[in-house]
Amino acid sequence: MWTRALVGAVAIYVAGAGLWVVASGFGKNEQLLNVACDPTRELWHDINAAFLAHYERETGTKVFIRQSHGGSGSQARAVIDGLPGDVISLALWTDTNAVAKAGLLDPDWEKRYPNRSLPYTSTIVFVVRRGNPKNIRDWADLARGDVEIVTPSPKTSGNGKWSFLAMWGSVVWRGGTEAAAREFVTKAYQRVPVLDAAARGATMTFAQKGIGDVHLTWENEAHLEVKESEGKLEIVHPGADTPRGAISVLAEPHVAVVDANVRRKNTAAVADAYVKFLYTPEAKKLIVKNAHRPANPEALATADPELYAEYQRLFPKMDLREATSLVPSKKWDDVQKTFFAEGAIFDQIQAAGQKNQ
Amino acid sequence: MSASPAPIAPPAPAPAAALDAKPLKRATRDPWYVRWTLIGLTLGIVGLLVAVPLASVFVQATAKGLGVYWTNLVANADTRHAVFLTMVVAPVAVAMNVVFGVAAAWAIARFRFRGRGLLITLIDLPFSVSPVVAGLVFVLIFGLQAPLGLWLRDHGYQVIFAPPALVLATAFVTFPFVARELIPVLEAVGPDEELAARSLGASGWQLFWWVTVPNIKWGLLYGVILCNARAMGEFGAVYVVSGRIEGQTDTMPLRVQKLWEGSDNPAAFALASVLTLLALVTLVLKVVIEPKVREQTAAARTAAE
Repeated sequence: MWTRALVGAVAIYVAGAGLWVVASGFGKNEQLLNVACDPTRELWHDINAAFLAHYERETGTKVFIRQSHGGSGSQARAVIDGLPGDVISLALWTDTNAVAKAGLLDPDWEKRYPNRSLPYTSTIVFVVRRGNPKNIRDWADLARGDVEIVTPSPKTSGNGKWSFLAMWGSVVWRGGTEAAAREFVTKAYQRVPVLDAAARGATMTFAQKGIGDVHLTWENEAHLEVKESEGKLEIVHPGADTPRGAISVLAEPHVAVVDANVRRKNTAAVADAYVKFLYTPEAKKLIVKNAHRPANPEALATADPELYAEYQRLFPKMDLREATSLVPSKKWDDVQKTFFAEGAIFDQIQAAGQKNQ
Repeated sequence: MSASPAPIAPPAPAPAAALDAKPLKRATRDPWYVRWTLIGLTLGIVGLLVAVPLASVFVQATAKGLGVYWTNLVANADTRHAVFLTMVVAPVAVAMNVVFGVAAAWAIARFRFRGRGLLITLIDLPFSVSPVVAGLVFVLIFGLQAPLGLWLRDHGYQVIFAPPALVLATAFVTFPFVARELIPVLEAVGPDEELAARSLGASGWQLFWWVTVPNIKWGLLYGVILCNARAMGEFGAVYVVSGRIEGQTDTMPLRVQKLWEGSDNPAAFALASVLTLLALVTLVLKVVIEPKVREQTAAARTAAE
């Protein structure tokens, strides 16, 4: 008797669950889905909450925003395969462009919003142990021989790619030759004890396992890492206290509306309002709070002096260069091909590094 | 065999055996240091690989007190949804595998047909295929790159990056558990009782519910428990097909990973501890049921003989 009741209850439960799953396929289209890369979790969390309130104030309608986070490349892949994202915010231009190439973005996506569709930017900085015991001040220190570097693999990680480009650029942008850049980067990667696959793994290696003397990472991640270490780590803006001045790469995480999806889901207006919101003073406040560099920061000086002061405190003056300046054609496709493709420069320096050891 | 009278033991060999006992014992036993090294190694490895990580999950989860632990579990809507989603996806996947598993095991144990060997191999396939590949297969079938995916989207139905794909991927990965458990049981039981029921005029359904199911019920339950444990813990295939949408397609393992990646370690371990608890419950159920499965199979064997 009891067995029968139990089997019956289980059957009803499973049937209900099955119906729910089947029904879930019909989806809810009033939601906005933002498909983002990993290191922007906290930023989007804050911005989404602010936008919900803002949109309800302006239009009287409530919207729901869902977030999807993952590696930049796999997120692009998912959108191409049918993840119904309304907005994508990926770490690399190549990834956003892959979605555009699949026909999901209109060709003018990069020009549609201010600042080349970049509501915020970031860069690669150093995180070192408290007091900077190895005295790591500038890029050149990475090749010194007594410094262990933690950075994820440029093959699999956006963070790794930006770190590589920053290292390479630090030589070229200061007038060095390509041969010098190659020598420097080869030496630096020989000083990487473990090449983690993703950014988070590298952070764990450096902050929790205590391996290495310097961690190359996104500026916003660096601030988070230092905050969590409770005083055990600190940030170095490479070159800031040297006469040559701070220099690094300008990391450009574009934010774009996925036109094909918003047309199908009828969310074009909300998605547009969402992306435009990212350029408002309210959003800029949250962008600075999360240690990203907002678009057009000079405008803050008059609009919000307090925020501008905070901005200047968080971000010392750095000469941030575009990665595309490293290739003659100034095209991202060539950056990818020249440095990270199979058998390209990164593979070559890896092979050379192994030979030297 | 059982009808033959019990053999009367000849009294003579007994003292001889007692005399031989000492040297025999020494010959069959390893020296003490070998025994202790082996026991020590085993305990050490089990401790290092199982006990310590298991304990550390609970220690980390409750490091900031039970109050914080509870808040970590219930305060976040996305975490709650992840628990709900796992509670929905796993049973549906298991139910699918019960249907497929019973049908496949029945076909394999009762019939000899062309392609039977192939079917047995196919059942084992999910064991050997990497879960990530399994997930990719579903993306290739239901993604926008495939005609089926396009057709479904044009008709407003989302399979991939939605709960239906989670169920399909989980069912694929856990497919072998039920069938693998049932094939030996069904083979041991043999077709005799079913044939008898048939000859007495039982219909197909009657045969199944009144003869087959009672004979295999413990094996089936055992398979369901293993299948469910694997289904709730599945990560790789589900990661690929989920699209990682917070509060919508994140199951418990995905949520644990996400919390951990977002450096919210206490919350990650709190949720991980729930998964671990479920694993421990599974283990207890498994230990309780195992003897019954053995009993049933053994009873079936003797009956068949």
